[in-house]
Amino acid sequence: MTVAIEVKGLHKSYGSVEAVAGIDLTVDVGEVFALLGPNGAGKTTTVEILEGYRERSAGEVSVLGFDPARRSREMRKRIGIVLQTTGVDPYLTVRETVALYAGYYPAPRNVDEVVELVGLREKSSARAIKLSGGQQRRLDVAVALAGDPELLFLDEPTTGFDPGARRNAWEIVRNLTSLGKTVFLTTHYMDEAQHLANRVAVIAKGEIVAEGPPSTLGGRHLAETLIRFRRPSGDLPPAIASLASVLGEDVELRVAHPTRTLHELTSWAIQRGSELEGLQVLRPTLEDVYLQLTGSEAGTE
Amino acid sequence: MSDAGLLARQVHTTNRAFWRNPASAFFTFAFPLMFLVIFTSLLGSGTTEVAPGVEINTANYFVAAMAAFAVISATYTNLAISVTFIRDAGILKRTRGAPLPGGIYLSGRVIHAMLITLLLVMITTAFGVAFYEADVPTGALLGQFLVTVIVGAMAFSALGLATTALVPNAEAAPAVVNAIILPLLFLSGIFIPLGPDAPDWMKVVGDIFPVKHFAEATLGSFYGPPLPFEWSDILIIAAWGVAGLVAAIFFFSWEPRK
Repeated sequence: MTVAIEVKGLHKSYGSVEAVAGIDLTVDVGEVFALLGPNGAGKTTTVEILEGYRERSAGEVSVLGFDPARRSREMRKRIGIVLQTTGVDPYLTVRETVALYAGYYPAPRNVDEVVELVGLREKSSARAIKLSGGQQRRLDVAVALAGDPELLFLDEPTTGFDPGARRNAWEIVRNLTSLGKTVFLTTHYMDEAQHLANRVAVIAKGEIVAEGPPSTLGGRHLAETLIRFRRPSGDLPPAIASLASVLGEDVELRVAHPTRTLHELTSWAIQRGSELEGLQVLRPTLEDVYLQLTGSEAGTE
Repeated sequence: MSDAGLLARQVHTTNRAFWRNPASAFFTFAFPLMFLVIFTSLLGSGTTEVAPGVEINTANYFVAAMAAFAVISATYTNLAISVTFIRDAGILKRTRGAPLPGGIYLSGRVIHAMLITLLLVMITTAFGVAFYEADVPTGALLGQFLVTVIVGAMAFSALGLATTALVPNAEAAPAVVNAIILPLLFLSGIFIPLGPDAPDWMKVVGDIFPVKHFAEATLGSFYGPPLPFEWSDILIIAAWGVAGLVAAIFFFSWEPRK
């Protein structure tokens, strides 16, 4: 089997509110797939349907060949889940907690190895109640890895992390993929999707608005390049002036083939013996694509 | 691991965490003994009429009443509050995502609560024997007493799980649970013997809910004749337990209520 997750025409309504409005997804075995979108776009609803927590209103869903709505114990033996908000018994230690969960699975990973992997070895004998927020989140990940799952769900795994902790979390995910595991993650961080995912789907208002590898998402590789520089004294050459728009002190050019335009521009500047102040050549970032795709919703609740 | 092995491990884990929360463990054990001393000191002189023409020492009455109270607080109160807490902390939701059947998880907590109950009843009884010259039930009486305690513990556990469905969040849990159980403890003669002069409405309320039936069955099986022991009390308690279980199955929430 090469397909880990298959979703066709998935709908989920809460009363009259359609949280998920007909999405299709395929995630291959060994892939890191990111569902990227602003808060309230339907990410958690989608991932919780895949995990078996929510029932769908319509559509077909297959996770490792199981229908998650049936809540089969066999399926749960093969998946690991990091929920967005979750907890562990505050009075058990890190090691006891991981060992407790490892015992639920048929072929768990070594407990100390998992504790080490998430960087909690020094806190192994500390009770969960004594851990910092970031350490508790790492314990969440350790619990999800305890059963050595083939498929791992991560719902906004690094929200609230400091930059160092995020890098560590990313490293853990990369290690998993090197073991051939499949990862389905949701995030509202563009850089997280870009660093981790082989494939990204952008979700907004319950619909997939773009899907593809991070480098080509939303036609990003085809988009025009932006050339920007401070407005020089004197007139631009006609070939450039015809493409340029003046924005305050800056001149901007949007071109499909920047090499020729840059050559003309820099030749002109060198001939005049003047510098092009503040010269920038910009490709659209994933963030630009994301903001454009998700509209004004981005970053709001 | 077999399901029986998983269940044993859940009981063990619940027990380990229980004793590591000293405040919770202390109050579970301290309350029945503290109330026993307070009520006996305030109200314990003289005798109490427990049935027409049948009187016992009030101190002895309170030993049995506090044993009944111990059962209710270690099962009903304890489970309703602690399960709401683990629900709101996301522990139940996480457990639901693991290949552990939810029934095994909750059974582990119920069995632990029942073991704590037995320990607590033994301590309360020993305390009563040592300080208030209560008699320990023996022989057939002991059998009746154990049936009463075990049926009561199971029923109040089921009702405790059902009550979590009424509790909006963990902060509200002690208030909601006490709002339900405290009036019933007073109306059922656990804290103050009702006696023959209690108003009729109080007797009616007591007859409807399981607490008074449990208090009377505990008292009757603890001291034996001439105190009455009615198997109908046990049946009513069991019926409440079944109703609690059905309600829990239909309304129990594994996730925080929003």
